[in-house]
Parts: sequence; structure tokens; C-alpha cells
Amino acid sequence: MSPAEELATCQAALAGALGEAPTVGGAAPDPAGAAAPAGDAWLEVPAARWREACRAARDLPELGFDFLRSLAGVDRPEAGRIDVVAHLFSYRHRRALVLRTSLERAAPELDSVAQVWPAADWHERELWDLLGVRLRGHPDLRRLLLPEDWPGHPLRKDWQEPAEYRGIPTRREARATAGELAKQTYLAPRGLGRDPAGGQPDGGGGA
Amino acid sequence: MSPELQQVGREEFVLNMGPHHPATHGVLRFVLHTDGEIMRRAVPEVGYLHRGLEKLAEAHTYAAYVPFTDRINYLESMFCNQVWSMAVERLLGLQVPRRAEYLRVIACELNRIANHCIALGSIAMDVGAYTPFVYLLREREAINDLLEALCGNRLTYHYVRIGGVAHDVDEGWQGKVRAYLDHLEPILDELHSLVGGNEILVRRLGGVAVICASDAVGWGLVGPNLRASGVDWDLRRDRPYSVYPELSFEVPVGRGEQGQVGDCYDRWTVRVAEMRQSVRLLRQALERLPAGDILAKVPRSIKPPAGEVYQPVEGARGELGLYLVSDGSPKPSRAKWRSSSFAALSIVEHLSRGLMIADLVALIASLDPIAPEVDR
Amino acid sequence: MESLVQHLSARWSLGPWGQELLAAAAILLVAALVFVVALTYAGIITWVERRVAGRTQSRVGPNRVGPFGFLQWLADGAKMILKEDVIPAQADGPMFRLAPYACMLGVFTAFVSVPFGQLLIAADLNVGILFLLAITSLVVVGVLMAGWASNNKWSLLGGVRSAAQIVSYELPAGLAVLVVVLGAGSLSMQDIVRAQGGAPWNWFVFRDPFCLVAFFLYFTAAVAEGNRTPFDLPEAESELVAGYNTEYSGIRFGGFFLGEFANIYLLSAIATSLFLGGWQVPGVSPAEQAGSVWLQLLGFAIFFAKAWALVFVVVWLRWTLPRLRVDQLMGLCYRYLIPLAFACLLGTSLLLLAVVPGSALDLGLRLGTTGLGALGGALFAWRVAHHIRRAGDRVSLDVLQRGARGAFDPAWQTRRYGAFRKAARGQEER
Repeated sequence: MSPAEELATCQAALAGALGEAPTVGGAAPDPAGAAAPAGDAWLEVPAARWREACRAARDLPELGFDFLRSLAGVDRPEAGRIDVVAHLFSYRHRRALVLRTSLERAAPELDSVAQVWPAADWHERELWDLLGVRLRGHPDLRRLLLPEDWPGHPLRKDWQEPAEYRGIPTRREARATAGELAKQTYLAPRGLGRDPAGGQPDGGGGA
Repeated sequence: MSPELQQVGREEFVLNMGPHHPATHGVLRFVLHTDGEIMRRAVPEVGYLHRGLEKLAEAHTYAAYVPFTDRINYLESMFCNQVWSMAVERLLGLQVPRRAEYLRVIACELNRIANHCIALGSIAMDVGAYTPFVYLLREREAINDLLEALCGNRLTYHYVRIGGVAHDVDEGWQGKVRAYLDHLEPILDELHSLVGGNEILVRRLGGVAVICASDAVGWGLVGPNLRASGVDWDLRRDRPYSVYPELSFEVPVGRGEQGQVGDCYDRWTVRVAEMRQSVRLLRQALERLPAGDILAKVPRSIKPPAGEVYQPVEGARGELGLYLVSDGSPKPSRAKWRSSSFAALSIVEHLSRGLMIADLVALIASLDPIAPEVDR
Repeated sequence: MESLVQHLSARWSLGPWGQELLAAAAILLVAALVFVVALTYAGIITWVERRVAGRTQSRVGPNRVGPFGFLQWLADGAKMILKEDVIPAQADGPMFRLAPYACMLGVFTAFVSVPFGQLLIAADLNVGILFLLAITSLVVVGVLMAGWASNNKWSLLGGVRSAAQIVSYELPAGLAVLVVVLGAGSLSMQDIVRAQGGAPWNWFVFRDPFCLVAFFLYFTAAVAEGNRTPFDLPEAESELVAGYNTEYSGIRFGGFFLGEFANIYLLSAIATSLFLGGWQVPGVSPAEQAGSVWLQLLGFAIFFAKAWALVFVVVWLRWTLPRLRVDQLMGLCYRYLIPLAFACLLGTSLLLLAVVPGSALDLGLRLGTTGLGALGGALFAWRVAHHIRRAGDRVSLDVLQRGARGAFDPAWQTRRYGAFRKAARGQEER
């Protein structure tokens, strides 16, 4: 079966299960199969039907996607969307599928599929951690890689690295200055590093 | 019974295993809820090695990111190089010269053997046998020498580049690899009979922490861990890429020799068998290494057309995937690594109930997770 | 010793108080001597362990301090004394400080009634072997104290594991000792040695098949009591970090460490005395040996050789075998070792009733068992030779032009690095 036929099969099967056909996107495979496409094609489902679509993809015998390879989020600020992309694979039929949905960037929320594929558990935690997508119905939605109190979600395109985290400077130049500062505050009470007139050791800051 | 006595056996003993613990490979942390020696729950806490490699990808050009891929997993950096290069090549529609493909296969299979040396050594070490680790490290050292002669680096190779490989082989290098393979093969036999046949090792690994096939697939286990559970699947054979279709090899599958299919011992045997298959692949690849270029004509500035690919590769730990999105600019718009250690660690909590602390250590070692690959 | 004290007090015409003081001084002197000898042995075993481990693992091992690195243990000892003795803030201070002494006490006191030669024994107690079994159990108190007082969960687990293990393995060890005691008819260490002979078939280990089994039972149980691999669960590095001594540092850690290593010699010396004929010289009766300085020295050398051969075996085991799991360890003890020990005890008792000592049947039994042991040894040697042959010339295989001899020579890297540096320097100068 050519990639185009495979995609059509999956689309038809999912359309049957959901009642509406998922849209094909991306580098649509050439029906003639003449030239290999540069990228992958995907099926896009509405965010509200996400869990249904995933369950169908796993359970329908003609689909049987039992292996969740990866669940990734893509931030697209120019479109105001965050896309969630699931790469599926079926060991039974030996075929792959890219399932995709799109969320509002301002308040991204999606149904969790951790009950469909246990592997989704950690991928979804990462999705929340790095992109700030809230997963409804996830059993344990905590941050995975970053500390709980980390500011923001770093894989968003507009994320700015904070100057410091819990008093630890995040930039190297700032760190050097902080080292100097620490030395001053450490030495100052003992009367070291401070001139008798009471001026600041760096000579600049004494108001 | 007094209320105190009724509480006996209901309380939990909470232990913090790691981030600095001899059995947590790299910097991993497990919070163990135990009843004495028996585990109620072991919760992995990851992120200690998060370096933001996916965010970094968005700030670097395609070619400049290749050295970063070495750091995804320091034990199989050849595969990380390869999967990045393959993804970019697919976006560009680039054809890699055949000599380069063969050199990639040779380098990767050597890397696979080196990786399995560490994996097997640490399984043995975590069940208390220190010596096999040292011997396996010695074998890996010889591979490091070979790869150093090939690409100048011993750990972070930076060898596979977009469009081919960085260096051609030197005069006589193939002979050295052949000599090494001749030397390695009897060692593998001896390793399996001497260490793998040890009664204590068999009892420590056989029948312990069994992962059934449906669990393995559901939790997304890949590579040796998946095959140990009896799923006959190998990307090199079933979704062929590079020049693997031209080479013949077998895919070892767990058979439950010393217990059940999918136990820790199967994960040991599958790795030993895979090393043998790698030796076989290497011999064929060395035999057939064609003449020609080692690098395709790559544009000076790599600007793939907008699009996205998911590129899997059968790494030493199984499917190593890269989801790469290009928006047509010189820098990738999104790169997501799908690593096997990530999946392997996420199953630990599910399996941990009822294991003993010593079994948990054996389980972790046999899954062969690497912390930087989990945290990226 | 007593006669010496009497002689001296008579010569110096001391009163009763003087005599008491002199006796006390003599006892202290002997105690100090035994302690120093035990410490030295423990120190030397650390060196042996590291050298043997090095060779087992295709490494060099310590080779910088003294010839063959022999003085490494002194350097290590000095380092340990100089290191800071950290006591965690949350630890139970007094108990934490005391624990290593309890451990050392259990081991080093035992040296008092272990023979080094026919006349070289600090105190030949008439309940010698009982004393040894009792006093070495004190180690478990120290380990439990350390585990509890550290206020560290890993330490606690290690301490609890250790207590369970040592108490359990006392049983097979004690039963195996009883097999010997039955044959010797005495509890005194020296009497037990005297009841044997110099030739292997006169040793208790080869007296009958049950004794042969009892020897292995004792050895296994003693290794387990000493917390050595494959039974090193209390300090299982990959599971419990370092078990009960996780929080210890400096000389207090050194205390546990020396205790453990002295214990290796102790178990080997006890096994030598009980089963392997101790200091007996072949063809020389104990009375003859007592009369000659040279025979005494020979007896000492024989004892030394046997005991240190067993020490080597213990070290060898550690670097060869993986570790058992807790339940397997207990299962081994209660399901196999104890029933087997009881069977041996029963078998030996019946044989003692049936076989007249000195009869042809007795001699036949001894020779037969010796033959059995020799056969086992030969089989083992053949297997080892077979494996070495199978390994073939791989050891000297030329990988990356290392030269035939240096293929896997551990010093090769160093030498190559040196050559590389020299070449680089030469280029710079040019």
C-alpha cells in the first residue's frame, strides 16, 4: 500500500468513527507515488474530538495504532495556535500515522489521552511543562522536567528567560556581578573591603 | 489488638533513591514508597539534566545543531547525529552517497556494541558483580580507539553530518576493525556463558520485573526492551533505511530462557545477541564498502522548505525519533526528540509494585535508561 | 606467660600487689601485641584485596607506595586518621561514636583465642570455639547501632539486613563447628588442632564425607557472617549506597573497615584450625614440634599459608560473584544450609559410633574422602585450564598496533600517553 492509500484508509476509518472526516494536511503524498514527498502528511481532527479520535485510532481493527511514538506540541504564535501532534504506529498493520489537532494559544486545553496509551502520561506532562497545554483528565499533571515554580513554559516562542530563579542569576555576566556582590556583603560587616569613609567598594553606588 | 499494632504493615517507608545513588545511571531520582524491603511504589522524578536542547535547536542553524545532538545521549551519539542528519536530508530531499551510508552503518554498529558493553556491564554491576563491567569497559575502550581513529572523538563523535559523514576512513582502518571483531566474538560467547550463566545472576534476573508484550507496546518501550518482551520488531529490518536492506542479519527476541518472556534476563540475552548481530553487520558492511564520495553536495546555507518530518532510527536503545518542523528559515522551528529512555523510565512506576529494592535496581539497569536522554 | 610472671616476681621479690600489677602489665602487653598483629593482618588484607581485585579485573592495583604497593595500607590508614570525622547533625551522637568500637571489639577480641602456631596463642581457652562464636556475634550489635544512630534510612536498612543475616548464619556455622567438636571431643582450639594430623587425610575436613560438607557449610556461613560478597547485602553498594556505614568517615569508617578485613582473616584462621589441621607439620607429633624452634617456625608457616590461602579465596569470591537478594539469602540459609548441617551432624555422630578410630575402616574413610576432595580439586583445575586455553591468544591480540605483548596491558595507555607528550614537546621545541 502506498503512503497515499494508507492515509486515505485511515481517514476513511476515522471519518466512520467520528462522523466527520479529518482533514489531510502537510505534504500530501503524490497519488501517483512518483516522487517521495519532502515531509510527512497528517490528519487533523478538531480539539473537541481529540480523545475520541485517539481511542478510535487505537481500537478500530483496521487502524490498530497501539504504539504512541511521540506526542509533541508546536507553538505557532503568528497563527495564534498551538498544535499538538501525535505520531502513531501500528505494529499489526506496520503503518504510521500523524494525528494532529490545533488549540487556541491563549488558553490551550485538551483532553488527556493517558488512558488510551499509557505512554502518553509523561509526554503530556512534558506538554504541560514546556508548552503550557492543560490536559483535562490527566491522572497526575505536574511539571516533568522543570521545577514546579519555574516561570512560564519555555518552548513558547515568546518565552523570555528570567534574569534570575530563586536568587540564582541565569546569565553568566550577571553571575560574576553577583559573586562580587556576595563578596562585598560577606566582607562588609567585618569592616573589610570598605573604605573608612563608608563609601562603597566599587566606588560607584554610595548615595 | 492495640491501635499501634493495627498500624503495623500499613505505614510506608519513604526512601529517596538518588539523584546521587550508585544505581541511578546518571542523575535520576526515584521516590520509593516501601514496606520494608518490598516496594509499594517507585516514582521516578526526572529533570535534573534538562538542558533545554529542544529550545536550543530553535536558536541554531541546522548544521550548527549537529554537535548538540551528541549530547542527547552520550552513549549513542552516533545515532543522534544520524537521526538529525536523516531528518534534515529528508526535508531537503538530499541523496546521501552510498559510501557515506555504509560508513554510517559501520560507525553506528560500532557505537551499538560500545553502548551494549556499558549496558551489560551495568546490569552485572547493579546485581553486585563488579568485574564484568571492567572487562566490558576494556572492550569499549578498543571501540573508542577505533572511532577516535575514524573521527577524532571518543565520546561525542560529531561524525555523521548532514549529507554524509565528516571523514573518510584511513588506510588500514578496516583491517583494524576486522581484527577487533575477531577478538570480540569469542569474548561475547565467554561473556554469555561465564557471566550470563552464573547461577546467582540468573536468579537475580530470571523472572524478575516481567513486562508483557501489551504493556511494552502500550508504554512505548522500544528496541531491546521491546524485543525482550517478545515483540519481533526492528526498524532496521521492518522499516528499512540507509543500506540495511542490503545486509543480512537476524533480530533476536526474548524467549524467557530463565523465567518468563520479558523478564530482566531476557533483556540481558537480547542485548548479547544484538552485539553478535552487530558484529555480523559490521563484517558485511566492511566487505561491501563502496568507493565514492562521503558527502553529498550540501548547500552552504541549509534552508529546507517548510514542512515537517518524523524520522525514526533504530538506535542502540531502540527507536530514536526526531520530529522536526521547518518553516523555511535557516533555523528549525521545532525539534522534538523521542527517546527510548524516556519511555523506559515512565514504565518503572507501573512495574514497581511488589518488587524488592534489589529487584528495582535490576529492573532499572536492565531497561538501560540514560538520564540526559530522558531530560534532554 | 604465667610461668614468666611467677619467675619474674620471684626474681624481683615482689609482694602480692606487685605480682598483681606485673600480671596486669603482662596481660596488657599481650593484648596490645594481639591487637597490633590483628591490625597489621587486617591492613595487609586490604592490600591483598586491592591487588587481587586489580588482577581479577585486568588492572594493576595499587603499586606506588612501597614495593608492589605493599605499604598502601599504611598510607590509607594515615589518610583515614587525618580525615575529618564527620558526625551528622541529626545522628544519635554517643551511639554513632560507639558503634565502630562495638564492631572492632567483636572481631579483635576473637583474635585472643585463635592460634597462630602451636605455642603462639594468647589464651587457649577450654571453651575456645564457643568463645569465638559468642564474641564475633557482637559485631551485629555494632552494625545495628551504626544503622540506627546514623539516622539515615539506607543505613537503617543496611543495619537491619545485617542483623537478620548474621543471626541467621550463626546457625549453620555453629552446627558445622559442632561436627568438628564431636570428632575432637574438646572445645579448645588447640585441642581440636591436636586431634588432627599433619597429612591431609588426618585433617578433619577429610575425616569423612560429612566433615567435608561441614567445611563448606562453615566457610559459606562464615563468609555470610563477614558480610562479604556474594552475601554483602548490608553494604550492597548498588542498592543501599553503602549500607550501615554510609554516614561514617575518617577513622570511624576505618574502624568498620578494619573490623571487616580482620574478620576475613579470623574466619580463615578458624577454618584452618578446625578443618585444615592448623599448625600440624606432617610426620611430626605435637610433642616433638613443641620441643624444636625450627619445627615451631615451620608450623607457623604452615598455618600462615593455609589461612592466607583461604583469605585469598574470600577475596577472589568477592570479585567474581554477583550478590544474592535478601529473600534468596534467607532461603539459602534456612532451606539448604541448616538442614544440611543437621544431616552432617547426625551422619558424623553415627559414624563416630560405628567406626573405631584408627581402624582400617577409619583409614579407608579418610583416604576415600581425601581422594574425593583431590578429585574435585583436579576437576576444578582442569576446568580453569580449559577456559584459559579457550581464551587462547586473545590476550595478546594486536588491536590498534599496540604490539603483541601490550595488547591489553593496562600500562599501555600510560606509556602511549607519555610518548605522545614527549613527541608533542619535541615539536614545540623545534
